[in-house]
Amino acid sequence: MTARRKGVEVERRVQHKYIPATDAEREEMLRAIGVGSVEALFADIPEAVRLDRPLALPPALSDPELIAQLRALAQVNLDCDRATSFLGAGAYDHYVPSVVWHLAGRGEFLTAYTPYQAELMQGELQAGYEYQSMLCELTGMDVANASMYDGASATAEAAVMAKDLTKRPEVLVSTAVHPEYRQVTRTYVAPLGVQVTDVPYRNGVTDLNAVEAALSERTAAIIIQHPNFFGSLEDARALADLAHRAGALLICAIAEPLSLGILKPPGAWGADIVAGEGQPLGNNLNFGGPYLGMLATRMEFVRRIPGRLVGATVDTEGRRGFVLTLQTREQHIRREKASSNICTNEALLALAAAIYMATLGKQGLQRVAELNLRKAAYAKDAIGSIRGFEIAFDAPTFHEFVVRTPLEPDELNRRLLQHNILGGASLGRWYPELRDAWLLCVTEQRTREEIDRLVEVLEGIR
Amino acid sequence: MYPKELRYSTEHEWAKVEGKQVRVGITKFAAEKLTDVVFVDLPQKGVKVGYMQPFGVIESVKAVSDLYSPISGTVVDVNTKLVDAPEVVNTDPYGEGWMILVQPEDSKELDKLMTADQYATMVGESGS
Amino acid sequence: MTVPGQRDFPVIFEFSTPGRVGSSFPAPDVPELALDALVPVEHLREEPAALPEVSELDVVRHYTRLSHRNFSIDEGFYPLGSCTMKYNPKIHEDVARLPGFSRLHPYTPPEQAQGALQLLWDLERLLAEISGMDRVTFQPAAGAHGELTGLLMIRAYFESRGERQRTKVVVPDSAHGTNPATAAMAGYQVITVKSDARGNMDVDALRAAMDDTVAAIMLTNPNTLGLFEERITEVEEIVHGSGAQMYMDGANFNAILGVTRPGDQGFDVMHFNLHKTFTTPHGGGGPGAGAVGVKSHLVPFLPVPVVERDGDGFRLDTDRPKSIGKIRAFYGNFGNLVRAYAYLRSMGSEGMRQIAETAVLNANYMLARLRSAFDRPYDRLCKHEFVLSGMRQKRQYGVTTKDIAKRILDYGFHAPTIYFPLIVDEAIMIEPTETESKRTMDEFIEALLTITREAKENPDLVRTAPHTTPVKRLDEVRAARQPDLRWRPKA
Repeated sequence: MTARRKGVEVERRVQHKYIPATDAEREEMLRAIGVGSVEALFADIPEAVRLDRPLALPPALSDPELIAQLRALAQVNLDCDRATSFLGAGAYDHYVPSVVWHLAGRGEFLTAYTPYQAELMQGELQAGYEYQSMLCELTGMDVANASMYDGASATAEAAVMAKDLTKRPEVLVSTAVHPEYRQVTRTYVAPLGVQVTDVPYRNGVTDLNAVEAALSERTAAIIIQHPNFFGSLEDARALADLAHRAGALLICAIAEPLSLGILKPPGAWGADIVAGEGQPLGNNLNFGGPYLGMLATRMEFVRRIPGRLVGATVDTEGRRGFVLTLQTREQHIRREKASSNICTNEALLALAAAIYMATLGKQGLQRVAELNLRKAAYAKDAIGSIRGFEIAFDAPTFHEFVVRTPLEPDELNRRLLQHNILGGASLGRWYPELRDAWLLCVTEQRTREEIDRLVEVLEGIR
Repeated sequence: MYPKELRYSTEHEWAKVEGKQVRVGITKFAAEKLTDVVFVDLPQKGVKVGYMQPFGVIESVKAVSDLYSPISGTVVDVNTKLVDAPEVVNTDPYGEGWMILVQPEDSKELDKLMTADQYATMVGESGS
Repeated sequence: MTVPGQRDFPVIFEFSTPGRVGSSFPAPDVPELALDALVPVEHLREEPAALPEVSELDVVRHYTRLSHRNFSIDEGFYPLGSCTMKYNPKIHEDVARLPGFSRLHPYTPPEQAQGALQLLWDLERLLAEISGMDRVTFQPAAGAHGELTGLLMIRAYFESRGERQRTKVVVPDSAHGTNPATAAMAGYQVITVKSDARGNMDVDALRAAMDDTVAAIMLTNPNTLGLFEERITEVEEIVHGSGAQMYMDGANFNAILGVTRPGDQGFDVMHFNLHKTFTTPHGGGGPGAGAVGVKSHLVPFLPVPVVERDGDGFRLDTDRPKSIGKIRAFYGNFGNLVRAYAYLRSMGSEGMRQIAETAVLNANYMLARLRSAFDRPYDRLCKHEFVLSGMRQKRQYGVTTKDIAKRILDYGFHAPTIYFPLIVDEAIMIEPTETESKRTMDEFIEALLTITREAKENPDLVRTAPHTTPVKRLDEVRAARQPDLRWRPKA
């Protein structure tokens, strides 16, 4: 409609760049429909629920005004380009090669939908198949899905999977697993009558004796993280053996998949389900999201795996092609019997991860993992030598480690900010026994100069 | 037409008396509704099944359905051929497409099932 | 096992050549200690992961070519009912990539992330105003995730009131599959209530189903038939009258922006699909963002943390004892929240209303021009989408809705949503959105009408479609019977 009478005033419709219908076209369409005004199209909405006023929203901004407004908000934030960051704890500052988003950001990928019409969407389906394949190589598992929401919810859905597979009511979770992953797992399984039991860590890794004592025939799975939240390497094979002897599954959460560039993959030491966070693979920090949940498992569990799966097949002329398959597990067919309700996933980020893994390739992934390991080792050594600072745990670490600090960690971080350094995550908010400790992360992004400068500043702090 | 020697459940399973045991599968009507069967999830031998209780799951490309046992008893045999060739359910639903063989607790339960004519009427009424 | 033939489009592993690299890193500037000096040898991989070894140009060509084998809104009309495939503005990509957003670590001390928290606060106010809700959480990553969050909050609400007998959730038979799946995940039993001849929820059937064992009803309004629930006020009376909660699936919000608000209709909680109405890009299936709005009685149960004012600034509040906990790590799909915020700031109040009016006008126009060629299950004006049935074509010519959908691909369009909702046989659901021009819609209408003529005169052409896509019709049965879910080198 072209104008709306409101008392004596007539409001002229503003033509908007995203809404092409002109006044003339609107009239034409109304005629074709057989009604006199757009109002008639809303006649079935009861008066009682109609808005009798315009929405109270700020006036529309033009593009240049919009950019200025968003820039102003962005500039207030201390991002990892402006400060030297030693923050990790489940979100990692890694170098993202330029090709990744030049390719993943192409409109053909960005503005496409879920590939339900497979013949038209071979691009994203094939990319999904390749991503699944790469993830299997990385994790040593038989099958991987085309993405979950994030590492924490993937871990939670893995716990639900384990309950369905074993029909047992309890999962054991190491307290060395990321606190937010544990919290999300509890939230997900609470309505399903599953008990979540914490198993303590000791000296930075899951306490094997405590696990053994807690295992029973009620245990569906043990959930560990490797490297764990403290950056330490778990005695993973021993934990898998313990789980299996009790008839339970071993779920391995992975917050840092780059570690698999040099670490033995979970499939090789006995994990049954791998739930991971793919943000480090070509995706940016983005203040916590969107991130990329990964789920991989053994072939025998494939019909229980939630989320979309891309499969290879042939067309009527014998060509290889790709389709979404085993869809009867999913909500749009199975409805209340679905193993999960996931519909929209993180497909674009999986694409970016695949491009990242292809770009780095066999050699590159190993190299970047080595850089992370060695730079962190250098930093750990130097900081451990500063008087008043102590490396909290003996266990070997990948690129994160816990440091006991002479000052309260939040205070330490405030002082570091004066030197434009973002210090480690203070642990007291999650672990009261570690309220004097800090989780420091050193990735391949940190130069020796930056690490030396951190050490220098810490030495100067009394 | 539906085989006269079989009995039928309201959930489209058939039951065939073989001496003291009862063989179970799904009808052609059900198989056609599902279209191409891709997977059949059957119980282990020795599992107990209950009258009109789910004993397994059948999946096609476009649908998934519970399978209901038309008789209570113990599963004494399972058609493992369906693991590699689920499509047999479509091509030979009353023969090679059988699913489980049950040792019944109470054969009188069979009286609760429909005859071929009654089943035909039921599916005729519900349309295509 | 699928064996690639000569005309197959290669998988990236097939380009791999030992020794090729595609990335560069600075030389190590710290001591290159032996790996097994830092990590016990039993923890180390024996073999590197067998990722492809390709050059940067290989990567660029491969993914560029793949992008050409993909249909997108940028390329053409995408009338998927229920998906709201509207244009994704490019300016949103620019603002989302601002380093102050994209390079911001989630554990940055809140005092150093005030711009991000301000954005979350402002976006919350905007969505609350648009929806008539009191507060909004942004934690859910998608609509279904939002549904879970909403139902978990309802569950916690009733637990806090000692009403543990409420174990059921009511959904209409037209519900999207995520609704019953979510209800099951939240530990509820699902009760389905049928729709009436006008496509509304059958109010008498609802009344019969409601008692004090029902926790909530999950409704989409307009519903998945594209029809506004005319008897929503009666539904509200019945549901609240029995002490249950009303959940709104906000997938179809595009139809009612600025016209009516879910909060005013009586809904207690709703999710927004920011990747539908609020145009964050679909990305081939995700990421989305599924914000959830609640009325004040549900606020204590919101997931943590919640953005709260702190003097002149903002803080993240985790001290919320009744919270359901968390449904994902960190705060939400922030990158997409930036996009949604940019959209709302660029449309304003008048823009919101125009979106709804134009979306509804466009859909009714297409319905008017197509309704004589197809069976039409409901004789009503639609909202932003409509459902037709291909039963006539199936009966008369043996051509199914699936065949018609595949033939549409040959005309350069994406097919509409098919076989949903389940209550309409051979369903075809079309949603043009307000960003499409009359010219585009006319082209699509002509193509669809041509196909109905083809169905009569040359049914085989339609039944064997698509003919012009890079691959022909794919064998989905084989894919399900013989799952091939990862590439393996030929033995």
